[in-house]
Amino acid sequence: MTLTIDTQNLATEAVVSAPEGTLFRFATAGSVDDGKSTLVGRLLHDSKAILADQLEAVTRTSTERGFGGESGGIDFALLTDGLRAEREQGITIDVAYRYFATPVRSFILADCPGHVQYTRNMVTGATTADAVIMLIDARKGVLEQTRRHLSVVALLRVPHVIVAVNKIDLLDYDEAAYRAVEASVRLVTAELGIADVLVIPVSALAGDNVVDRSERTPWYDGPSLLELLETLTVIDDLDDSGRATEAFRLPVQLVLRPQGAVVVAPELADSFRDYRAYAGQVASGSIKVGDTVTVEPGGGTSTVTGIDFAGVALDEAFAPQSIALRLADDLDIARGAVIAAADTLPPVTRTLEADLFWLDPRPLAPGARVLVKFGTTVVQALVSAVTGRLDLTTLGVEPATALAVNDIGQASIRLSRDLPVERYTQNRRSGAFLVIHPQDGATLAAGIVTAPGEPTRAGDGSGAGSEVSP
Amino acid sequence: MRAPPMTTATHRLSELDVLESEAIHIIREVVAEFERPVLLFSGGKDSVVVLHLAAKAFWPGKIPFSLLHVDTGHNFPEVLEFRDKTVAAHGVRLVVAKVQDYIDDGRLAERADGTRNPLQTLPLLDAIAAGRHDAVFGGARRDEDKARAKERILSLRDEFGQWDPRNQRPELWNLYNGRHTVGQHVRAFPISNWTELNVWRYIERENIELPPLYYAHEREVYRRDNMWRAVSPVSPARANEIIELRTVRYRTVGDMSCTGAVDSAAASVADVVREVGVSTITERGATRADDRISEAAMEDRKKEGYF
Repeated sequence: MTLTIDTQNLATEAVVSAPEGTLFRFATAGSVDDGKSTLVGRLLHDSKAILADQLEAVTRTSTERGFGGESGGIDFALLTDGLRAEREQGITIDVAYRYFATPVRSFILADCPGHVQYTRNMVTGATTADAVIMLIDARKGVLEQTRRHLSVVALLRVPHVIVAVNKIDLLDYDEAAYRAVEASVRLVTAELGIADVLVIPVSALAGDNVVDRSERTPWYDGPSLLELLETLTVIDDLDDSGRATEAFRLPVQLVLRPQGAVVVAPELADSFRDYRAYAGQVASGSIKVGDTVTVEPGGGTSTVTGIDFAGVALDEAFAPQSIALRLADDLDIARGAVIAAADTLPPVTRTLEADLFWLDPRPLAPGARVLVKFGTTVVQALVSAVTGRLDLTTLGVEPATALAVNDIGQASIRLSRDLPVERYTQNRRSGAFLVIHPQDGATLAAGIVTAPGEPTRAGDGSGAGSEVSP
Repeated sequence: MRAPPMTTATHRLSELDVLESEAIHIIREVVAEFERPVLLFSGGKDSVVVLHLAAKAFWPGKIPFSLLHVDTGHNFPEVLEFRDKTVAAHGVRLVVAKVQDYIDDGRLAERADGTRNPLQTLPLLDAIAAGRHDAVFGGARRDEDKARAKERILSLRDEFGQWDPRNQRPELWNLYNGRHTVGQHVRAFPISNWTELNVWRYIERENIELPPLYYAHEREVYRRDNMWRAVSPVSPARANEIIELRTVRYRTVGDMSCTGAVDSAAASVADVVREVGVSTITERGATRADDRISEAAMEDRKKEGYF
């Protein structure tokens, strides 16, 4: 892909003089050769995020490789494909993170690879994204890799899905051709249960509908891609009054108990002698001083007496703040505990049903002993059964007894310890987990809870069992 | 420390607040999951910001890990002075590994080009092994370089400190997997997602002190490789290079022998924020001779164990 760009006017005062805005994370996905890197290059260039020396380096390499020549053509993929192997093979292997800002918002862009063998990196990019832009080549329409990526996006419940139908210039901006692709996209997203999908005709190469609305697609009356990115809401769900919609959860990372070894002024040191607070990042919801909380394991109840943020006492905290919580009662709370809004945690269980995104080259067979990490807790687990596998052609679940790399499958998991397991559809942070190889520590799969198992009966040795410390 | 400006009314955090909480979460995870973390601390702005975040993460307790600096012997004296003052103020322990010691006893040889930046890797790996460190914090940011743009927040290194870019662990949600086998360690980059402008805005908001050479000052310099190089015993001007007294500042602080200054009148942090916001050149492009060796200079060094 080559395109000629203007090397002048590369930076704008508008960005720095704007008041500090919000941070928006998005990922790109799609099949190889759909033009992702070109789209990313176009977004970065047109939002003036490519600086002169980067442009010079890319121009030099582009020329060496025969791009554009004296006309000044640029291979935009060179901007994000930073690894030697990527340049040598002309493909994207790993997620590249890029940063740019407009006067409205700052963006973190995860540019994900399109090759099947690198689907795991697409999963990586999608788990933290507020939005995913799926690229489709307008001439090819929906491919298997498109379905695979859309399935990932649907299961991970990425809040916003944008399908960019690229290379519309190669279809001579023909509305009928675009509508046919759009219809097939909507068929797939409807089957996958993606409620809200935004479809845009673009040409990354020519710049149509990327930053500015194009006059060459008069039949499209929606926003440009950048306009969309600037206006979509960020991930932490808020209702109309600005309150968090999910219940408060604080996975405890560690207990702050300095026992006199404090950094406060000497005259205050005495009052911190018995300081004890539970440090963590609010995973969901919000909490106020005076609120009642429940703690697992143990099921104890207490009242929030203080919320500290590095020496500043807050009245209220909310996701994704990193705080330290002080409680009225001296409960037995350690790393791995969850502090939650009173009476909102589900009963603890030792079994669960999950969707697994299998990411390791070694296949999963039933009976596998693994570790799972929920929040800040790691427990031993057993994959008791593989119950199905997503067929990417039919988008239905087919019977399966094992999972191979890049498979999206269903499994039953037994835990060595009681946990308050939540459905991913109810709480995106609490319902997500890692599957880890117990010996070499590799991340084997991304898991999401589809159904917690039967509650563990009281007196069943609740809280017992082996906890694995990392 | 000042209160972070938060808008509790709308439950919306500002960009800096989100980045700050993300970094504190990462620092706490590493401290909780590893036995012996250490922070690479040069006195440069990014490591100063990580140290500040660590202090916030464990308030009112002390920072529960020590610091490590690989001194090439080519550092700016005012940066070393600042380093020692800052370490003392935080009441933490600093271990200094000296490249000069390795040259003196023959374990390393001075390079023909006189730069010592590539020589840091061996003393770094030795110091990590000697301290039995299983996690090493660094202030690297993904916006610095194309290879860094691809590195995970928790980056697994083998016993030779090597980074294998083709075989990185997927990093999912904010669930970091710190498990490693004997001999392996993890490099942890809490400010991976910060840009140069984020760092400066944070320094401004938190009123964080930096070495004075980050701000405009007069210095004797000469032009080489399209950047202003300081006149010093380790970086003398050649016969054909003209020494001038100019008002300059540094955007990055590394060795005197490979770090260039930029023309700047930015004397305050607010001036620098304005300057960075309109700059048309990246900070490493403007100031680092060591990254100009090849298109993949950073990737090659990282594979060998560089941070």
